[in-house]
Amino acid sequence: MAKISNSFLLERLQAKFGEKILSSEEPYGMLTITADQSINIEILDFLFKEADLQYQFLTDICGIHYLDQALPLGVIYHVHSLVNNHRVRFKFFLPDHNPHIKTATTVYAGANWMERETFDFYGIIFDGHPDLRRILNVDEMVAFPLRKEFPLEDPNRIDKQDKFFGR
Amino acid sequence: MSTHLPLVNQLEKETTTLNLGPTHPATHGIFQNILELDGEKIISAEQTVGYIHRAFEKLAERRAFYQITTLTDRLNYCSSPINNMGWHMTAEKLLGITIPKRAQYIRVIVMELARIADHLVLNSILAVDCGAMTGFLYVMQEREKIYDIYEEICGARLTTNMGRIGGMERDLSDNAIKKIHQFLRDFPKVYAEFEKLVSRNRIFMDRTVGVGGISAERALSYGFTGVNLRAAGVDYDVRTMEPYSSYEDFEFDIPVGQHGDVYDRYCVAGQEIWESVKIIKQAINNLPTDSFHADAPQYYLPPKIEVYKNMEALIYHFKIVMGEVDMPVGEVYHAVEGGNGELGFYLVSDGGRTPYRLHFRRPCFIYYQAFPEIIQGSNLSDAIVTMSSMNVIAGELDA
Repeated sequence: MAKISNSFLLERLQAKFGEKILSSEEPYGMLTITADQSINIEILDFLFKEADLQYQFLTDICGIHYLDQALPLGVIYHVHSLVNNHRVRFKFFLPDHNPHIKTATTVYAGANWMERETFDFYGIIFDGHPDLRRILNVDEMVAFPLRKEFPLEDPNRIDKQDKFFGR
Repeated sequence: MSTHLPLVNQLEKETTTLNLGPTHPATHGIFQNILELDGEKIISAEQTVGYIHRAFEKLAERRAFYQITTLTDRLNYCSSPINNMGWHMTAEKLLGITIPKRAQYIRVIVMELARIADHLVLNSILAVDCGAMTGFLYVMQEREKIYDIYEEICGARLTTNMGRIGGMERDLSDNAIKKIHQFLRDFPKVYAEFEKLVSRNRIFMDRTVGVGGISAERALSYGFTGVNLRAAGVDYDVRTMEPYSSYEDFEFDIPVGQHGDVYDRYCVAGQEIWESVKIIKQAINNLPTDSFHADAPQYYLPPKIEVYKNMEALIYHFKIVMGEVDMPVGEVYHAVEGGNGELGFYLVSDGGRTPYRLHFRRPCFIYYQAFPEIIQGSNLSDAIVTMSSMNVIAGELDA
């Protein structure tokens, strides 16, 4: 059972970061905090080092793209406190062109490839990353394939009418 | 992904550049490692991944929920059913479906069989890489029997596509139950024999003890999970930390190692096989008698015979297959203990017929990045053994 409650953690973060915590929700029980992208490492570092929190396990980093938002690109962190068995999700939103965010490799060694993957698929640049290159796609690729404007199939095809499936 | 051999005149250097992979018989999958060697010692390694990248996350954004199961098969193909069940549970969490106990127990049986199959491959291939072929051939027969059980349950052997959102596609047949009992009788003898051959074998121990070790702190920092993390001494197992599919009903131990080296990984995986046998025994002997699927007609594909006879079933079948079902808006993260670590699914739904975003937290993609650090300073032959023991599966690595 989780020893930390979502509301306790949220209060701690709001006390520490105040206005920079933009919003929070709890979809399906997991605390999800949207914060200003300038404090991403401060938050992760704070959670890592506080003796009673110890969110020292980085579960995942991934990107997301919402075409119709003012800040369309998102970076999503899932961190886990193994001591307290509590997970929390952070979202930081960035502009479409030239998106920059600080790297988490200074906190977790494992962030390296996760950030490379996010860069590869969304073009999000992690400042301070030791080796930010494409990882799964070929180096010659120019597009960032998981962005929503990048079509899965050739949009010029006329032999295939699949308006019933997909987006 | 690309790394090319540096075009430096090899004669001017004091070290040797060795291209290990992408298709190398000792790496069991398509991995490339460019090693810088000083004699036999590894100075540095540069990894290239992505040779079998198939863009599953992009594909998933155009597929209805029930069609994504086939993608998950092809992640860790040594334990496909765990991936399938993990995906079903993620979707069920989003849809808010509660699964009957019988279906949960059947899932546990299947997942633990898959874990045994995965760890059998892991441990026996490790022995092969140390030069012991015999044990591998013994236990591969047992893996075939596990595949026979899969076949009895779902009709497929390797890429199983097993289960449905809302339960299993059919109940365990009498034959399947018979085969599971038969397996539980025969398998312990065979695996005990394998352990007798390998575990205390002088050559095997010389090759593996103290090789490829990682400390618990580094392992946690690198995001290790599964056998590799537990071998380093951290008792993190998703099955006990966040029990899913009724794992809280079963008595089992989480084996933990001390040094995080290859031998500890071998021992932890071996012990997990015995724990899995224990879990399957408890599950099959206490199999509840309720239904094998939830009563959720708008999400659970109806049996084909009903589709032909019953109008409601036909309507639901059509709606599910055409993706006309209303999906809730929300986001869920669900993790299961896969064959090689915490397999997580992060699903964002905007209410459309397909996921808005689906991200797989693939355990071996995350821990494989520690490989250069682990093998630095060791011999080339130790690097092969280390890689084999880390259970890196190309399909999952590259998604």
